[in-house]
This record gives sequence, C-alpha cells and structure tokens, in this order.
Amino acid sequence: MLDFLSAIFAIIFNLSTLDAAVRLSTPLLLAALAGLFSERSGIFDIGLEGKMLAAAFAAGAAAGVTGSAWLGLAAGVVISIALALVHGFASITARGNQIVSGVAINFFAAGLTVLLGQAWFHQGGRTPQLGPGARFGEVDLPGADVLKDVPVIGDIYNHLVSGHNILVYAAFLAVPFSWWVLYRTRFGLRLRAVGENPAAVDTAGISVAWLRYRAVICTGILCGLAGTYLSIAQSAGFNRDMTAGRGFIALAALIFAKWKPVPAMFACLLFGMLDAVAIRLQGQAIPGVGVVPVQFFQALPYILTVILLAGFIGKAIPPKAGGVAYVKERT
Amino acid sequence: MMEVYVKTIARLMGAVAVAAMMSGGAIQAASAADAAPAVVYDLGGKFDKSFNESAYMGAEKYKKDTGTEYRDFEIQNDSQREQGLRNFARRGMSPIIGIGFSYEQAIEKVAKEFPDTHFAIVDSVVDLPNVRSILFKEHEGSYLVGVLAAMASKTGKVGFVGGMDIPLIRKFACGYVQGVKSVSPDIDVIQNMTGTTGAAWNDPVKGSELAKAQFDKGVDVVYHAAGGTGIGVLQAAADAGKLGIGVDSNQNSLHPGNMLTSMVKSVDVAVYKAFDDSAKGNWSAGIQSLGLKEGGVDWAYDDDNKELITDDMKAAVEKAKQDIISGKVEVHDYMSDNSCPM
Repeated sequence: MLDFLSAIFAIIFNLSTLDAAVRLSTPLLLAALAGLFSERSGIFDIGLEGKMLAAAFAAGAAAGVTGSAWLGLAAGVVISIALALVHGFASITARGNQIVSGVAINFFAAGLTVLLGQAWFHQGGRTPQLGPGARFGEVDLPGADVLKDVPVIGDIYNHLVSGHNILVYAAFLAVPFSWWVLYRTRFGLRLRAVGENPAAVDTAGISVAWLRYRAVICTGILCGLAGTYLSIAQSAGFNRDMTAGRGFIALAALIFAKWKPVPAMFACLLFGMLDAVAIRLQGQAIPGVGVVPVQFFQALPYILTVILLAGFIGKAIPPKAGGVAYVKERT
Repeated sequence: MMEVYVKTIARLMGAVAVAAMMSGGAIQAASAADAAPAVVYDLGGKFDKSFNESAYMGAEKYKKDTGTEYRDFEIQNDSQREQGLRNFARRGMSPIIGIGFSYEQAIEKVAKEFPDTHFAIVDSVVDLPNVRSILFKEHEGSYLVGVLAAMASKTGKVGFVGGMDIPLIRKFACGYVQGVKSVSPDIDVIQNMTGTTGAAWNDPVKGSELAKAQFDKGVDVVYHAAGGTGIGVLQAAADAGKLGIGVDSNQNSLHPGNMLTSMVKSVDVAVYKAFDDSAKGNWSAGIQSLGLKEGGVDWAYDDDNKELITDDMKAAVEKAKQDIISGKVEVHDYMSDNSCPM
C-alpha cells in the first residue's frame, strides 16, 4: 500500500506532470468560464464544443494565411461571438429550445470547419502548419532567470509558473476576473438574478434580453480564446474535430463546480491533472496494483460528474431559470 | 430541466457523429469516369501527411502517367467503409483499394458480393480469390530508424509514440526497439500508445503531450507511428529542439533540422502497381509482402536531414539494411506471434 501511494505521489507531485496539467486544463477552464456566464444568466449552452471548434478553425486559418497569431486570435473570438449571438437569438429573442439550438451549433461547426478547410486549403480539413510567428509561443515571466537557482521556489516559478503561452495566463487571470464581475459588479448581480428570477429583474426595469445577450457575448469571447488556444497555442494548426469532446468535459467541470468560477478552476485542474497522469502512467506498473488501464483515468471526469449528479458528493443545483425563455407578462 | 439537460449531453455524442458523417459526404464531388480505379482512405484522411497521403500520391502519379481518372472517398466514421466500397463496386470500378487494416471486414463482405471486381487491402489479409492483400514489413524499416535513433541519441533514451494500440503498431515498436538495442542494449526505449479507438489517429494535442512527457523523462529522439496524431509529436519535438522520426511518407520536410529521418512505407508504389496490374491484365490476388528487399519499406535520406546523419550512422544503417536483406539479421515480426522478445 505504501509503495502504491508513493508511486502515485511521485507521478503527481512532479513538476512536469503539474506543468502538463496546467497546459491541459487551460482550454477546459476557458470553456467552463464561458459556460458559466451563459448558464448563470439562464441560457444553457451545450454548444461550447461547437464554438470552440469553429474558433479553433478560424484562428488556425487566419493565422495560417496572415502569419499573425494575434489576427488568428481575433478571428477565433469574432467567429465564436457570432455563433454565441446565433444561440442568443434563438434562445432569447426567438424563445426556442436552448438545447436544440446548442446542438445545432455543434453540428454546424463540425461540418462547416471540415468543408471550408477542404475548400480553402485542400489538406483534408486541416489548416496549414504554422510557423513560430503565427503561434503563441512560451513566455518567460520576469525574474525567472534570477530565481532559477533558488531551491524549490525557483524551480516551481521557473517551470510551473513561467514558460507558458500567454493564453494560459489569460485563462487563469480570467478566474478572479470572472469572480469579480459576477459577485462584485452591478452587471454580475443582475446577471445572476436574471438566471434565477428574470421576472424580478424585469420588474426592476432592467431589460432581461439585453442582459442575457451581454452574457452570451462573454461566453463567445471566452470560447473563442479556448478554441484559439487549441489550434494556435497548444498545437500548430487546426485539425478536424480537434476539440475531441473538451467542450463537454468543460460542461461536466462546470456542473462539478456547481456553477462557481473558483471551484470551476479546481475542477478543470483536476480533470487536466487526470489527463496528464493518464499519459504518464501509461504502461507503467504501480506497485501492488499492476498496470492501470489509461481508459480508467480518461473516464474519471465523467464518472465523478455522474456521482456528483447522483447526489453522493453534494448537490449540483443549476440556475433556477436556466433553459427557460423569458416571456414578459402582459396582463 | 436539469434531467433533460444531462440526458441531452449524452445524446449529443451521437449527434456529433452524424453531423460529421453528413459533412464528409458533401465534400465528394462526382466524376463520371466509370470502370476506373478507386481508393478509399482510412479515418486519418487523405492528407494526413503520412499513410493515407502516401496512397494518394501513388494514385495521383498513376493519373499523371496514364491519364486515367480515379475516384476516391474519405470516410468519416467506421460505418461508411462498406458503403464506400459497395458504392464504387456497383459503379463497376476496379480495382478498389482499401487503405488500412480497418477495411478487412468491409472488403471481405463486399468482395464476395462482387466477385468480378478486383479489390486490394493494405496492411491486412483478406483471403478471397479477387482480393490482393498488401503487407509491409514495417518491422524491418523500423529496425533501421531504430539504429539511427540509438546513434543520434545523446541521453541514451529514445521514445516511441504509437496511434491506436493494435498489433500492427506494436510491430513498428518491436522492430524499432530491436534496432535500438542492436546499437547498444543499454539504451532505454520509452513507448506510449495514444488510445484504443480510431480517434487515436487524429489527436495532435494528445500526441504532443505524450511526446513532452517522454522528453521530461530524458528522451531526445522520438519515433511516431500515429498518423495525424504524429503531427503533434513531431511538432513537440521541433519546439523542444529534439529529434523526431516520421513514418509512412517521407516527413523530413515538416521540420527540417529536427527530423532525423522517416520510415518510408511505399504505399504509393503498391497502389500504383495495383492500378497498373489491373489495367494491363496482370492482376494477381493473394498476399504481397513488401520488405526491404522488395523496396516496400526504407529510411528517408534527403536534403532536409543530411546534416543530421553522420557518415558513421549512414554506414551503420546501410550495413543493417544489407544484413536484413541477406538474412543475416532477422527482425522479429510482432504479428507472427503477438509478442515482442525485446
């Protein structure tokens, strides 16, 4: 048993594993925060995956053509906002079924990215391989060199904190920022209120529709960052279906975190960690247990979410008005 | 509401697959030429810069040389394999080549329905009178790049990233390990597989993470046999200043200076030959096993990697090649007994 624990700890508390966990959890975190804004305002968004995919494609394509990572980022965010607004129009103005609209966006993105990629680049839906200038490279934070020789702290700062690309920092800074927006600003208060009781917000003379539209725009921006990260920061080009279900894992993380920004970060880090550990554990025998199938770790995020939903580790209560279109009372 | 919401998440997975299927079908443009040869690609897609692309190159070369149009089809999911084959067979096309071992069952079924049509399958065996089974001795080619990897490594650790965990990919790995150990038994080989489903051929993000994990363990040369996933492996190697080894097609030009070599599998030659044989009436069914001797596999040496290959390395790998051809060195084929002695 002791052997087993020490083997597990050796893998988990290893700077390179933690480093990989940060890299792997970044797209989940951005997507989860994206979902947070939308769902807290009462718009369920199952189309995170589709928006990420479309943004990843747009970023890869724009960066490939212009050679600029920043233009890629802009394209990714713009496309993602456009899709978010479509979802917004369908669920806020047209009062359609939000799940159906989200599914439609996923369909749309999965098909359109491959179609356009094939038509424009003739590489089977892939965008051109990007050079260093067209990607977000690793950034060394100030002081990384100076602190390098300091034991422990220097190592942690140098390897774990410094040396990621700029979108990783953006994702982790977005956590306190989202918390601040949601819990410390008037906009945030109203956004949370509109997700719980839109009629009350309406009575106060605030436009429910306009609030919800602003929320889905926030979702669009964050999803755009998540998709951009996948195609031009973590890899060097868009690949067909490259989101590989990350939008759904992000939704799972959001539910797991009970729709709160800081717990969402920990949920995403946990899921990223499971992924990183799965990679490192592959084919490696753990004393006392033997070789654990990697699929076990890949399934864990979903298993944990299901256990949570079954009520074993707390209760996940979604925003009360979530999924329901608001109809103004006219009598 | 919550319940509906969760149920929908589950349903979505299926829905996404359907969407992908629809999008794929729409891309294929119709061309009129019947009785023409046809190729159906595997899940990695026509332009995976690897295995399928090599088949595509062979077909394109045939088209250029003879002016014969051919049809091709990229599947989006497993259920389309049979449809694609049957569709071409019904139009009277011949030969129809299935690229990849995953076509085994589909070809077995469709070839029985169209006994007069010529079929070929790459990387697997279908025992029918109208099917040609094209096999490559990947273990021999992998042995050669293993020799090069071992000689190029400064840390004494080399890596391997496979796509889907199947005997065929284990065969690559086993030959590679044997080549590495032939240089020095002390060199460690760290092996990883991407996954156990078809998606493992198409996940560059995972590929790059696997490669990075290996670099963290001290690996400085990594060989991939992972189709589209391998693009991420090679990218990670280039980003980290390590060496990558390509597979199937000559991938040296992807990252000149960071590509040690590629294990070239001449799928293009096999496709070209199948087209040609069928057109000229030289068609033969049965197993064709292409190794170093037959020019079916080889290592790539060109302008992009000649600076990385020293004279010693070149001499050693050429010697290994001659030894394998002459039978002096026997490379173990994993698929012969589903185990690797190394």
